[in-house]
Amino acid sequence: MRDVAVVGVGMNKWGELWGTSLRDIFVEAALKAMDDAGVDRIDSLYVGCMSPGLFVGQEHLASLLADYLGQCPIPAVRVESACASGGMALRMGWMDVALGLHDIVMVSGIEKMLDVDGAGATYALATAADQEFECYNGATFPGLYAMIANAYQKKHRIAAERFRDQLAHVAVKNHANGHLNPNAQYRAKLTLDDVKNATMVADPLRLYDCSPITDGAAAAILCPLDLAKKKFKNHPLVAVIGTGAATDTIALHDREDLTWLRSTEVAARQAYRMANVEPTQVDFAEVHDCFTIAEICVTEALGFFAAGKGGEAAMAGDTALKGKKPVNTSGGLKSKGHPVGATGIAQILELVLQLRGEAGERQASKARIGLAQNMGGSGGSAVVHILKAL
Amino acid sequence: MSGITARYWREIPRRYRGEAAQSVKTGKVYFPPRLVEPGNGNRKWKPVKLAYGGELLTFTVIRVAPRGFEMQGPYALGIIELDGGGRITTQIVDVPLEEVKIGMRVRVEFRKITDDGSEGIHLYGYKVVPEY
Repeated sequence: MRDVAVVGVGMNKWGELWGTSLRDIFVEAALKAMDDAGVDRIDSLYVGCMSPGLFVGQEHLASLLADYLGQCPIPAVRVESACASGGMALRMGWMDVALGLHDIVMVSGIEKMLDVDGAGATYALATAADQEFECYNGATFPGLYAMIANAYQKKHRIAAERFRDQLAHVAVKNHANGHLNPNAQYRAKLTLDDVKNATMVADPLRLYDCSPITDGAAAAILCPLDLAKKKFKNHPLVAVIGTGAATDTIALHDREDLTWLRSTEVAARQAYRMANVEPTQVDFAEVHDCFTIAEICVTEALGFFAAGKGGEAAMAGDTALKGKKPVNTSGGLKSKGHPVGATGIAQILELVLQLRGEAGERQASKARIGLAQNMGGSGGSAVVHILKAL
Repeated sequence: MSGITARYWREIPRRYRGEAAQSVKTGKVYFPPRLVEPGNGNRKWKPVKLAYGGELLTFTVIRVAPRGFEMQGPYALGIIELDGGGRITTQIVDVPLEEVKIGMRVRVEFRKITDDGSEGIHLYGYKVVPEY
């Protein structure tokens, strides 16, 4: 098995890109990654995308995008695991390089969400849940995560006002970071009051507890580490040292512990073991904050904080840019945006920039080992990658 | 959703009658029934029905309703563990929102869920009400 390096990354500015089609959004981001690596051809393509069919009526996406990137006849395939599609695309690409099948592999993600209306987007996103036994009865994603939040608050006996503060701190922190990210969708800073007084979506989650609807793409170029050392000298070397993936029940109600993200725990354990890294050795992380409560629960499942203490840590500033364990220096899904299939790859982009020392105003002071956690639905799938600056 | 007639008709035994399955190996109740049991590969099942009574494990109030539920919002949505096993996610109705509490006892009832578009069939299923 070959060691794998990340030699190029790129993303476009995320937002409501009314004037740009899915294929053009993708090619823009993909070309940035290729330019960053200094290549004009790739050998293989993996595209993470949750539902081009529901959003723009397009399937067979990998063929379309390989074509429009000018790379036919390379092999290409779409990878889907709901919101974890991007992270899973990286995992597939990593396997391709590690196995020795191809040398220059692009892993990418794209979602074009604004071509349907709000209800249409909610519907498409809800396909990540159990259609017949959750959505049929009126469940929505904010609703599912709100139920996790209420179960969490009850289990850990957190007073309502304090819990509200814990959730709000996550949103404020991520917007403070996104403010420094030129590619983020929503760069405005938020105050605690902004978050606590926003429109209620599903009790207790309000507007700013929820990640937005976004158009966007991101791409990364992988190659064998030996080749990177010889031929890719534009940037400091970054290697993928661990990967892990897992599933959990699709329906939230079938989980033994409604407050625990087991798929993240299991995926992380695999990645830690492969990388020979302890949670305490991770300097910073990009995690799946589809909702503020998700970030809190994920940091616990990753072993950063004890169960029930994730919210405390956020409130204490432990996960802030200048904190002990910076989480979501990119702004996270909250502020950067969440074009579903692209999120997992944009997490890798942030890791790479930090590990190279190229994160500018967002640079974490300690960035030698970074972790990306990408999750599908209410936690039905999760994929974790650990990257290291060499 | 529209034109979903067969997909809807197929689930009637679950949605109208709470038909579930009990593992012969572990005694655990699964709803909906499965062909194979998670974790042990068991394929032997005894048909059972979900109990009517249960406990509310968690809930929320959905204020931004999905398509088909616009006229029902805001509504309480929760996860209920039925007596004897099996869990469902559904609305808690016939009770003021502020009186819904984690831990309360509830009872399953047959209810209309929504319509299949403006010209489609009525879609039925289960909701829960407080158990008095």
